[in-house]
Amino acid sequence: MRYDIRLRITHDYPGAAGTGRHQIRVVPADIAGRQRLTVQQLVVTPAAAEYATRRDFFGNTATTVMHDTPHARMSIAMRAQVEILPRSGDLDVSAALTDLPGDIASVTSLSAEAPHHFLGPSPRIPADDGMAAYARACLSPGMTARGTVQAIGARLNADMAFDAQATNVDTPASEAFAARRGVCQDFTHIMITCLRSLGVPAGYVSGYLRTEPPPGQPRLDGADAMHAWVRAWCGTDAGWVEYDPTNAITPAADHIVVAVGRDYDDIAPVQGILRTAGPNVSTQAVDVIPVSDNVLR
Amino acid sequence: MTGRGEQIRDDDLARLLQAYRRTAGQADELVLPDGSLRPVWRDMAAHLARLSPSEIALRFARGDRYLRDAGVFYRKYDTSGPAERDWPLSHVPVLIADAEWQQITDGLKQRADLLERVVADIYGENRLVADGFLPASLIAQNPGWLRPLVGVEPPGGHFLNFVAFEIGRGPDGKWWVLGDRTEAPSGSGFALENRTATSRIFPNFFARSDVRRLAGFFRAFQQAMEPQRGEDGQKGRIAILTPGPMNDAYFEHTFIARHLGLLLTEGEDLTVRKGRVLVRTVDGLHPVSVLWRRLDAVTCDPIELASASQIGTPGLVDAVRQGGVRMVNALGTGILETRALLSFLPKISRAWTGGPLALPNIATWWCGQPRERDHVLANRERMMIGSAYATRLPFDAGDGTSIGGGMDTGALARRFASEGRDLVGQEAVTLSTTPVWSDGGLVARPMVLRVFLARTRDGWQAMPGGYARIGSGADTAAIAMQQGGMVADVWVMGAAGRAGGQITAAPSLLTEAHPQEAEALPSRSADNLFWLGRYLERAEGNMRLFRAYHDRRGGGLSSDQPLMRAVQGLIAPGSGEATVMPRQLARSFDDPLEAALTCGSRVRDRFSVDGMMALQDLVAAARKMSATPIPPDDIPRKVSVLLRKITGFSGLVHENMYRSTGWRFLSLGLSLERAANMCTLLAELARDDAPDGALDLLLELGDSAMAHRTRYAGAATPTSVSDLMALDDSNPRAVLYHLSRAKAHIDHLPGSSEHGRLAPMARLGLQIHTRLAVETPDTLTPAKLTGLRLGLWRLSDLISTTYLH
Repeated sequence: MRYDIRLRITHDYPGAAGTGRHQIRVVPADIAGRQRLTVQQLVVTPAAAEYATRRDFFGNTATTVMHDTPHARMSIAMRAQVEILPRSGDLDVSAALTDLPGDIASVTSLSAEAPHHFLGPSPRIPADDGMAAYARACLSPGMTARGTVQAIGARLNADMAFDAQATNVDTPASEAFAARRGVCQDFTHIMITCLRSLGVPAGYVSGYLRTEPPPGQPRLDGADAMHAWVRAWCGTDAGWVEYDPTNAITPAADHIVVAVGRDYDDIAPVQGILRTAGPNVSTQAVDVIPVSDNVLR
Repeated sequence: MTGRGEQIRDDDLARLLQAYRRTAGQADELVLPDGSLRPVWRDMAAHLARLSPSEIALRFARGDRYLRDAGVFYRKYDTSGPAERDWPLSHVPVLIADAEWQQITDGLKQRADLLERVVADIYGENRLVADGFLPASLIAQNPGWLRPLVGVEPPGGHFLNFVAFEIGRGPDGKWWVLGDRTEAPSGSGFALENRTATSRIFPNFFARSDVRRLAGFFRAFQQAMEPQRGEDGQKGRIAILTPGPMNDAYFEHTFIARHLGLLLTEGEDLTVRKGRVLVRTVDGLHPVSVLWRRLDAVTCDPIELASASQIGTPGLVDAVRQGGVRMVNALGTGILETRALLSFLPKISRAWTGGPLALPNIATWWCGQPRERDHVLANRERMMIGSAYATRLPFDAGDGTSIGGGMDTGALARRFASEGRDLVGQEAVTLSTTPVWSDGGLVARPMVLRVFLARTRDGWQAMPGGYARIGSGADTAAIAMQQGGMVADVWVMGAAGRAGGQITAAPSLLTEAHPQEAEALPSRSADNLFWLGRYLERAEGNMRLFRAYHDRRGGGLSSDQPLMRAVQGLIAPGSGEATVMPRQLARSFDDPLEAALTCGSRVRDRFSVDGMMALQDLVAAARKMSATPIPPDDIPRKVSVLLRKITGFSGLVHENMYRSTGWRFLSLGLSLERAANMCTLLAELARDDAPDGALDLLLELGDSAMAHRTRYAGAATPTSVSDLMALDDSNPRAVLYHLSRAKAHIDHLPGSSEHGRLAPMARLGLQIHTRLAVETPDTLTPAKLTGLRLGLWRLSDLISTTYLH
């Protein structure tokens, strides 16, 4: 499946912004065996005084831009073409939940893919007794790690309402959990908290969702802006497994990965600081359109 | 035990030690297990014994006075909010023999080298994890492991440059390392102040004893930090990076900056351009090559580290990555403070150096392994159990670390099973006791030493002396300063027992001038100085109005008289017809005074200690006045006291402050505020329809009644008053006087003219000055005065946008 992806983020500042520095993670990743990035373009307006791209700890592409002249609006326009590669394997080869600690301990590495980074608290994922109890209630004897991921994800999807007005980007997961409402970021943070409480290494995936569904299928929640879902480490054999709790599905051809991290803070699309007063207003627009092979040829 | 016999026969010594009790099972610094005095203490004990109680009291008071005069304080956090507290010096120093000190510091140097290798591995190859010397989770789930720094080689080549170790003496008399301070160790500056105070308490004894001096240590470290000239031929500055005035050790940051001639900066003073760190000064951006970091790394860069940090510098990590700035210590070194590391270091030492740690650390067990976990469980009543990632000493922690984890065996076993990897057990420390003066004699109190090591051009060098923390009671937990603990100087005593030729009590640290650093005035400092001037002047003006109001009330004028209404309107604009309570009126100067103090405390490094004390004294007096009910009759007298204090402060500013750029901003703030306020007063009180008594009031407010009598015969007229208070360039209360002064300051500021052309603010300053200078008393209307005031505020804004942002 090929997609043409466009993203436009604009920040409007009440007074003209002075100097500013931003770190941007919005370009789809190129992941062997998962997705291929064929075209990419990132345009920041006004033109940045400094512009640099590097790989962060988790292997994501991060672009840093610096502005040194006053401006009232900054916009980020991203365009990419991505090919999602077909994946096999609905076979559950994951470890039994009880065997997972042994599998984790056998990894003596701190590489980006190692499970150790994804246990314990991270900036946006403090331990939470309420979520831990909720997670325990989803368990049944003999469950595999992947079975656990699906059980918790499905249960959360059933119990929580998608509500773009209920939370904002800074709302703690505990608040969204208490209200049982939120957006993809909240669903994802809650599910990560639940999984980690059970000893399942879990992280945050940011990305895009196909905007318009194939004929006859419902439109997915969260397609209007950048999306987020969960990845969990399910043992030595199964490795990393993804799950989208907002839509209760296993990501496949409709999900395009941008970045992975422990939580939102590791990979926020735009991290930035401006020397300016007052709040700023930002808007985000996303289009993820399938491209038929015919058009490309 | 002849030694003991001799000592006991000495009545004075017996009295001195009457209340001194060693605790069984604890080592003591003064008294050996056999009851005799440690040799290193004998002279000091005899010296103390010979001093009479009144002499002791006098000497201790001298030490305390020094600390107070030097403005040494620390910040205590409690329910009433952070407050500055007097420095809790325990007046009797801790004495350690040179030979023993040598052993300690040899061990610590070895430890510092080991820690350097460990941290290089943690941010580099990760062999320790791969080879099983460190559990992966201990690093990966450690908040101190900063992922953006992984793989980044520290500019300058070393992760660690300035470290400290907490050490204690165990019951067997041997020293143990209790904790490593690798993030941003504090205390070395306080140690210098302790030294000065203590040497003033024992001046003769100190001078004739061979106490090793501290100054050389700082000199060697500063030399090692000295930056190389860059490829562009530019040599960046060394700056201290402080979290700011709310930090508990802020005094030390300002102290070190002042004494080593380093630039004191906060995160917002710095900016990163093209991988280099620059400081914003009133003279533009200047490169900084070395940052002596006194804030936690995680707060240093809101872009790549904690995004919520308000005190960081965006892009700092990137500057480090590009080699643009050397950090002391490198970002990320805080991970070495992790308590659980103490359980792995002995093994790492054996593997890497072939031998045990020369100075052992306190026994620690990481509860992620079954055998260690069982050991901790079996010995839980002797174990401090807490977070594996904790970075403070168990008795300092306040993080729930407690004996047995505060749980019964069953609960503890369950907790270990579910979260053993996150927990450590540590042998509960038994510290040695050291003498503290109490009620006319010595008593024994537990003590922990902080020893500082700096990387110099000749390798690690230890500060010969240190920073002792002493418990307020017999309990170890009472050592933390926040819990009422005390601090003491540490004297390393040469074997000779007598010094040859060293007579200065405390050699002054560094007396060389650092003119270029002194003139690099960070914009934030300039801003604070400017506003300090404005707030102080605003407070003074309002005090004079307040006093005049109550003076007239006391004289029988009722508050609905036109003159009183006018004054009320001046003090509290918009208060209209309502009668305002004295308390509300007093806020008109209380608030600006508090604001002035806030500004002042942010520029301690640019301020004389006397200046700061005068400011604090002034604010304290104002607070006291607001807090106590005062009979209305007494208000004018009380306000006069405050006014004298504020005048005293202004006097210090103009008589004692070096004519630096910073002084100009302060004085400029004073002048602009005073000129603008005088314009308001003249426009209101010197107009033709002003109420009766307004002219005399105006002369009083402007402190110019005497000048008026001298210069003009007869009663005040609008003309004479305008002449004296607006147009007289010789009257330091007159508007024109301050416009001239402001203009002169502006002409001296950097960038006020370029290639012979005036910068906008210099032009505006000249315009305003000229506008008034060409007036006469008859042509100077209230409307013109109001226009002048608006011009002054525009000038103030222009100065702000030119220099202060």
